[in-house]
Amino acid sequence: MKLLRAILVRLATMSVTLIGAAVVVFFVIRVVPGNPIAMMLPPGASEEDVARLTAHYGLDKTIFQQFGIWLSGVFQGDFGTSISLRQPVMPLVLGRLPATLELAIFALVIAVVIGGALALTGVRHRETRTETAVDVANGVGLSIPDFLWALILIVLFGVLMPIFHISGRISPSLELPFVTQFYVFESLFRLRFDLWWDLLKHMFMPALALAIPLAAIISQLLKQSLKETMHLDYVTLSRTMGYSENHVILSEALPNAVLPTLTLIGVQFTFLIGGTVIIERLFSYEGLGNMAIDAVINRDLPLIQGIVIVFALLFTIINLVVDMTYALLNPRLRHA
Amino acid sequence: MLDGRGSINRRLGARLWLSGIWLGIMAALALFAPMVSPHDPLAQDLFAGRLPPFWMSGSDPAYVLGTDSLGRDVLSRLFHGAQIAFSVALVAGLATALVGSLLGLLAGYMRGWVDIVISRLVDIWMAFPPVLFAILLIAVLGTGLTSIIIAIIVIDWTRFCRVVRAEAMNQSAMDYVASAVVAGRPRRDILWREILPNVLPTIVALLTLEMGIAVIVEAILSFVNLSISTDAPTWGGMIAEGRTSIHQAWWVLAFPLGVLFLTVLSFSQFGEGLKDRFDPVLR
Repeated sequence: MKLLRAILVRLATMSVTLIGAAVVVFFVIRVVPGNPIAMMLPPGASEEDVARLTAHYGLDKTIFQQFGIWLSGVFQGDFGTSISLRQPVMPLVLGRLPATLELAIFALVIAVVIGGALALTGVRHRETRTETAVDVANGVGLSIPDFLWALILIVLFGVLMPIFHISGRISPSLELPFVTQFYVFESLFRLRFDLWWDLLKHMFMPALALAIPLAAIISQLLKQSLKETMHLDYVTLSRTMGYSENHVILSEALPNAVLPTLTLIGVQFTFLIGGTVIIERLFSYEGLGNMAIDAVINRDLPLIQGIVIVFALLFTIINLVVDMTYALLNPRLRHA
Repeated sequence: MLDGRGSINRRLGARLWLSGIWLGIMAALALFAPMVSPHDPLAQDLFAGRLPPFWMSGSDPAYVLGTDSLGRDVLSRLFHGAQIAFSVALVAGLATALVGSLLGLLAGYMRGWVDIVISRLVDIWMAFPPVLFAILLIAVLGTGLTSIIIAIIVIDWTRFCRVVRAEAMNQSAMDYVASAVVAGRPRRDILWREILPNVLPTIVALLTLEMGIAVIVEAILSFVNLSISTDAPTWGGMIAEGRTSIHQAWWVLAFPLGVLFLTVLSFSQFGEGLKDRFDPVLR
């Protein structure tokens, strides 16, 4: 019952945050200098054209009227019409979201694999040069943000060793049979491994850039909690019972040490999704973030709003899932 | 045990020294950029476009690190880029530290409704993805260095606020604060004369980290062309220009990238080093 009430409280705070975000974004964007209508029309358009188009997009009403119209639309799933692309915002945003989600999830998987492997190696060879090497790698991984890792990967693999693609989501020459935007999942589902491989070769560089800082965080925390667990009595006991060091680390220490890392991964995953904005730009990856930057450059107010709201919604959902998973995994909270 | 502590101290020392030396060199170059630059960073020479750096064949000794596609000297642009990067880092870093620490101190020391309001504000702030937030703010404020600095302050004050608030709360619970209260010192006096000096080391360490972040933010925004004019010699702008001609002239991308990498790494290592140095447990 306590758990249920905690979830309800979370849901209430979530909706307050979301509405707050919507209000802030709507009003902040309206302060933007620069007229989006003027940018749409060819040079030499008459005053009448400007006035007609302004009225068409509802920009001639007061800011509060605009907010009312926009909010009532949002509750019906209508986020307005993009000014620069001249299409409804919602289908545009939803069309790009899967690309970003696939990239983020792939990056998360890479981060967990690299971070986990580093932490286990560091603990297996603790108090040796190997552990120092892991510590140094963690330090560098943490200090350098994904933007710089992306550029370094572009130089290394785009120029010196051109194995992976550094631009786009899929080779433009390929014919796409897809009906959904989840290309990676759908290509697996259709058993089109050629397409799947091409997608992965495009995704690998941006995903790795996003993954490196997170891998360092995971490795650092997991190694620390593993080392603390290794000093506990039950671990010593299983060692005296003759189990190998590998068995002790993997089967005895790891299950108890992994919980704090799981919570951290959840929080950090939202930062990773935020990072996709600039990473997609760097790799010309056709995702939501790339669209967001274009929207800002074109001063496309309805599109910016739609994207920010979708991002905020995504973040709150992830936070909720993390909280619930934590409550389910932690016996102290489960039985509370 | 003693040996272990000694080696940790040595490692910390080397880290502080190395990063400090690099930052010192870059700061000096930034300060004297107009004097040490061999060329005008904006001067174009279309007949000398994409010259390679000095050790490669076809290079021109006048352009030590080569030229970009418009024939502008990479080395001079790097120096002037340092000037822009370090100015943003210093101004944005200090201002962010000031705003965030002030709110953090108030929240952590006053508690009550002040704390509730400030903490709730921090929560809402953190719901926005920073890069998206930055781009949004630049769209509102217009491009330019002032906008970048304001954007950094508006986004990153929470970083200081959270840490300083926790630290101020810790300090408030200490005996020396209790005895100052008993001695009848006014609250404002306790906050500025007792708590602030003890929180200051944390603020300084955070400030160094923040300067590294400011350098990156400036680079990202000039990369997506939302900083000052595209001509201006910013590291991010140089990287963007290099990204388009990466297969013809890798050095246009590689040099600013290398400098940016080392600078960001140094700011972060210097900050982390200071944090450990100030930490009474490690000391």
